[in-house]
Amino acid sequence: MNDFTNLTNVQKDVLREIGNIGAGNAATSMAKLLNKKIDMQVPSVKVVSFDEVMELIGGPDELIAAVFFRIQGEAPGTVYFILSIEEAEFLVNEIVPGNKGNLLGETANDFAISALQEAGNILTGSYLSALSDFTSINMQPSVPYLSIDMAGAILTVGLLELSQVSDYAIIIDTKINEQEEQKGVQGNFLLIPDPASLTKLFHALGITEYD
Amino acid sequence: MIEVNSIVKVGIADLNIVTAPGVIRTSGLGSCVGVVIYDDVKRIAGLSHVLLPDSNLAKQAELNAYKYADTAIPILVNKLIDEGARKYALKAKLAGGAQMFHFTSNSDIMRIGPRNSEAVLAILQDLRIPVIAADTGGNVGRTIEFNPETSKLKIKKASKEEQLI
Repeated sequence: MNDFTNLTNVQKDVLREIGNIGAGNAATSMAKLLNKKIDMQVPSVKVVSFDEVMELIGGPDELIAAVFFRIQGEAPGTVYFILSIEEAEFLVNEIVPGNKGNLLGETANDFAISALQEAGNILTGSYLSALSDFTSINMQPSVPYLSIDMAGAILTVGLLELSQVSDYAIIIDTKINEQEEQKGVQGNFLLIPDPASLTKLFHALGITEYD
Repeated sequence: MIEVNSIVKVGIADLNIVTAPGVIRTSGLGSCVGVVIYDDVKRIAGLSHVLLPDSNLAKQAELNAYKYADTAIPILVNKLIDEGARKYALKAKLAGGAQMFHFTSNSDIMRIGPRNSEAVLAILQDLRIPVIAADTGGNVGRTIEFNPETSKLKIKKASKEEQLI
């Protein structure tokens, strides 16, 4: 599996479904966590250059809060849950009402960061377990890591493994957001499978041939 | 501030060259290293955004030479010389090479930031280009901008003041 830049429509549909299942489960977890209705968008599957990966999130300079983990096992890859700083602070405030803690800078509040880390763990964990159940592939997540920094710096980590093989990445991007409020939490899940994992994922879901 | 006429942007695993009064910038360096090589009299500078330390890591049929420290830096030096820089006058400044996450696994790929810095320093030494200033390591992202007029490298980190080296 070397050339994944020309995915067929069926293959893209399968990857979209993977994003759907994962984010759907995560949206349910988030709804329970916040006791609010959560919507999700139809996932998009894109084959993009590394620079374009950053542009998906608003450019390499953009400050983001991201929970990230590596998937080990049969189908290695990387999962990110990404929020803007305002959304992350909003999310923390929803979980811990009254906490006005900053996430950035010298005045960063440890409690707020810890709450965000925990929310991220829950959401990415449910994303991954749905994925693993759906594909019957054994996926072992690393410990989740939280980082609040520039998008370029954070996202490069997920591209390293892949960058030894290719100059492009497949990104399965799903947005979830609060239904009612204008200014609610809106998060992006990014699943970046390692190139070698694609065959595994396709096989697991019944696509055996590349056409 | 001096009026900035143009900003040359360098993407990931890319490189480019600028002459005064332009400036050259790359954004969101994490484990990547931004290497600036310049001739301060000719006021010409090149910037390479190095993603990986060593092209021997490549498992790719068509090698992207701009991606690896050992292949990108010699190309950058040649381009600078083509544009009128003098080999013996070249100097370097670099930034980046952070370790964004503290991994428990000891996988080599996860130590890529420090390895990138080491590789860049080794290659600059091979090419006998002195490193005038460096801001590497830590666990923060950096955006850097070099001005060949002043030979200063401006480093911006998340939620921190800009610094000049």
